[in-house]
Amino acid sequence: MNSLTAKTVRLWYRIHKWTSLICTAFLLVACLTGLPLVFQDELDQILSPHVAPAQVPIGTPDANLDAMVATAQAHFPNLKPLFVAFDDDEPRVFVTMSPSLNPKPSETQALIFDRHTGKALEAVRPGRSFTSIVLRLHREIFAGLPGELLMGVMALLFVIAVVSGAVVYGPFMRKLNFGTVRKDASRRVHWFDLHNLVGIVTLTWAFVVGATGLLNALSTPLFGLWRAQTMPVLLAPYHGKSAPQHLGSIDSAVAAATKALPGMTISSVTFPNAVLTSPLHYIVWTKGNTPVTSRLFTPVLIDAETGQISAIRPLPWYLRAIEVSRPFHFGDYGGMPLKILWALFDVALIAVLISGLYLWLSRRRTPVEDELDRLVSFEAVTVSAGALTR
Amino acid sequence: MSRSFSFRKVYGAATVIAAITFGGLLFALFGDGIWDELSWLAFAVPLAVLIWKITGKNNHTHVE
Repeated sequence: MNSLTAKTVRLWYRIHKWTSLICTAFLLVACLTGLPLVFQDELDQILSPHVAPAQVPIGTPDANLDAMVATAQAHFPNLKPLFVAFDDDEPRVFVTMSPSLNPKPSETQALIFDRHTGKALEAVRPGRSFTSIVLRLHREIFAGLPGELLMGVMALLFVIAVVSGAVVYGPFMRKLNFGTVRKDASRRVHWFDLHNLVGIVTLTWAFVVGATGLLNALSTPLFGLWRAQTMPVLLAPYHGKSAPQHLGSIDSAVAAATKALPGMTISSVTFPNAVLTSPLHYIVWTKGNTPVTSRLFTPVLIDAETGQISAIRPLPWYLRAIEVSRPFHFGDYGGMPLKILWALFDVALIAVLISGLYLWLSRRRTPVEDELDRLVSFEAVTVSAGALTR
Repeated sequence: MSRSFSFRKVYGAATVIAAITFGGLLFALFGDGIWDELSWLAFAVPLAVLIWKITGKNNHTHVE
C-alpha cells in the first residue's frame, strides 16, 4: 500500500466522499426498509394470518387448476387472470387477477385455493400488505421502473463507496492498531474511529449485499432484454395471428411441461400476455429441487390454443446469475439465526452511514485531504528511512 | 519486505474478518444442519469483534 502516492490517495478519498454522500440518503431508506424485509415471511404470518389448507395424506394428487381459474374469474368478473402460482411452503395455489396486462402491484387481486381439495380459501390483495408496501419503498421508492433504476445507480455508487472506503482505510490506519476506538478524544475522532471499525468489519457483507442489490435492480430491464431477443423468433411462425379467443387447459399445459422436464418442480404458470411475456403462450415456470437449482427457473412456452410445447428455453446466463445471487441479498437461506445476524449487519451498516454523514457535517476547516497528505508523506519518509538502514 | 509488512499490519485483521464473513456467506448455501451452524458461527465473528472493540476499554495505541 506504500505504492499509493499522496495524489492517488486523495483521489480515492474524494471518490469515497462523493459516492457516499450521493447514495447515503437512499442507502438509509434501503437499510431501514431492509430490516423488516429480512423477516418478511414471519411478518406476513403475524400481520395477515391466512386460512390454512387441509391436512392430507402424502401423495394426494393436485386439484384441477382450470376449475380454480374459473372460480377466480367468477369471483372477479371484471379482472383477467395474470398467473397461477404454487406456494413454496404450503399446499396453496394463488390465482392472481389483474385489470390490465402490466398492472401495478396494488391493482392485483388474488384468490387462494387449497392445492389438494381445490377449495377457495380466501381472497387477498397481494400488493397491499405491509411487507409488499415496504418492499416497494425498498426496491423503487414508490416510483416504478425509474425508481428501480435509480436505486440501482445508488447501489452502484454504494459498491464504489465500499471499495474506495477499503482503500482509504489503509492510509488512515497507518499509525493505529486495528480496532482503535479513542473514547477520550474529541467526539469527531471517536466517531471517525467507529466509522473505520464498523466499516471495515462489515465490509464484505456490505459489498455483497450492495452488489446483489445492483443485480436485482437490473433484473427488470434484463428480463425485458431477454424477452426482446427471444419472443420475435418464437412468434415468427405465428405471424399475423391474433390473440387466442379460447385458451387451452392450464392443467394440460402443466402436464406437458412436467412430462418434458420430469425432474423439475412447477412453480407458476403465466397467462398469455402481450406486454410481459408472449401473447400466444402460457409460460410454465419450472425450477430444480436442490438448494441452488431451486433458484434457477426454466420457462416452458406452451401454445395457449393447442397445448403443444413451443419451446423450452433456459434463461440466459445474466438472468441465471441474478437468480442465484438473490439469497445473498435477502439472507433467507440459513434459518432464523442467519436472518437475525443479517439484521444485525444491517444495523451496523446504518451506523456506518450515519457516522460517515456526521464526519462530513462536522468537517473542519483543514480539509481531510491535507491530513491524508501528511499521513502519506510521513509513511514515505519512514519507509525510505527503513530502506536506507537496511 | 517493508511493503508486505505494512499491508499485513494495516489490513491483516480486516482480511481475516473478510475471509470469515465470506465463509459465512457460502456455508449456508451448501446445505442445512452443520453448514447453517458454521455459517452462523462465521457471521458472529465480525459482530463479536465489533462488540469487543467498542465496549472494550480505551485502547488507543500509536504504532511508530
